[in-house]
Amino acid sequence: MTDVTNVQSFENEPQLGDYYALLKPRVMQLVVFTAVVGMLAAPVAVNPVIGFASILFLAIGAGASGALNMWWDADIDAIMKRTAKRPIPAGKVTAQSAMYLGVALSGLSVMMLSLSANLLAGFMLAFTIFFYVVPYSMWLKRSTPQNIVIGGAAGAFPPVIGWIIATGDILVLEPWLMFALIFMWTPPHFWALALFMRNDYDDAKVPMLTVTHGRRSTRNHILAYTVLLVVLAVGTAFTGVGGWVYLTTAVVLNALFLKGAYDIWKRDEEMCEVDNFAVERKFFRLSLWYLFAHFLAILAEAALKPIGFGGW
Amino acid sequence: MALRPEHEIHTRRKSLNIGVGLMLGSFVLLVMLLTYTKITSAEFQIPASAAKGVGQQIPVEESN
Repeated sequence: MTDVTNVQSFENEPQLGDYYALLKPRVMQLVVFTAVVGMLAAPVAVNPVIGFASILFLAIGAGASGALNMWWDADIDAIMKRTAKRPIPAGKVTAQSAMYLGVALSGLSVMMLSLSANLLAGFMLAFTIFFYVVPYSMWLKRSTPQNIVIGGAAGAFPPVIGWIIATGDILVLEPWLMFALIFMWTPPHFWALALFMRNDYDDAKVPMLTVTHGRRSTRNHILAYTVLLVVLAVGTAFTGVGGWVYLTTAVVLNALFLKGAYDIWKRDEEMCEVDNFAVERKFFRLSLWYLFAHFLAILAEAALKPIGFGGW
Repeated sequence: MALRPEHEIHTRRKSLNIGVGLMLGSFVLLVMLLTYTKITSAEFQIPASAAKGVGQQIPVEESN
């Protein structure tokens, strides 16, 4: 073996960062943030150590589902530009290693969350991992253009689990409103992305709405889902997790979001070619701030309640 | 050619091993802290099986 072959093989030696990238850190950030809000918005105080440990185990469970998703989708990740640099298609980590890591961390996180919080929280985490990996990744993602709608449910469970960590209760309205907020937000968010990352999904033969029903239909869907989301998001202001802070935030952001969806709806492909999908890109960036600000407002309401300002 | 005492591959693997070691150590500390928090909380109760004396040896005369 020559020195040249040595150098080539060592470059692909996995580092800790490659295993960390398998856990989809950006998705984990969203999971942690929304789960913390769900936990702190609940009417029961949580011991800080138990709360910290529970959120950490929830984040590990979310990361595990990300690793399993990367294992299953390694073939299409290699085709799409957006995902080609992920550890498996980049040749840093083998698909089998990702699968082992995902399975091991799934078991560990569910067991530890059950012990640190309660059995119901552990069960919900197990269900979320299962839902993301089996029905979404393995089944629906490659078979229906509604993949994003159904897959959005998996990303919507963290605030519900956060609420369960605090209360052990699932049969109340508030956590499910937070669930619905993420669930309804996901389709317009991803369809806007699909509009300007158009070749990726075509090349990978993923049946995104843009591929199966056309781009005009995708624009119609974005507007329809945004209208439903606006009703839900503003309506949430008048429930147990809402208040003046949330209402003000929701009114401003939903007005902007609705305008963005309308702007996307009235455009055609020729207009998009001229400005390189500027409106779609702007809507996508706004969607990130939209979700963050809504949950931050729910958190603010919860933080203000003890001093008599939060809520109604 | 003389063998170098430490090749780049060793440095790379060392950093991975140290990282994994630190994570495992942190996990053990977290479980200890969690256990301490749980058993010192006001809500903590001895499991029902232990409270009823399950597992204790009972002398033959007393059991008859």
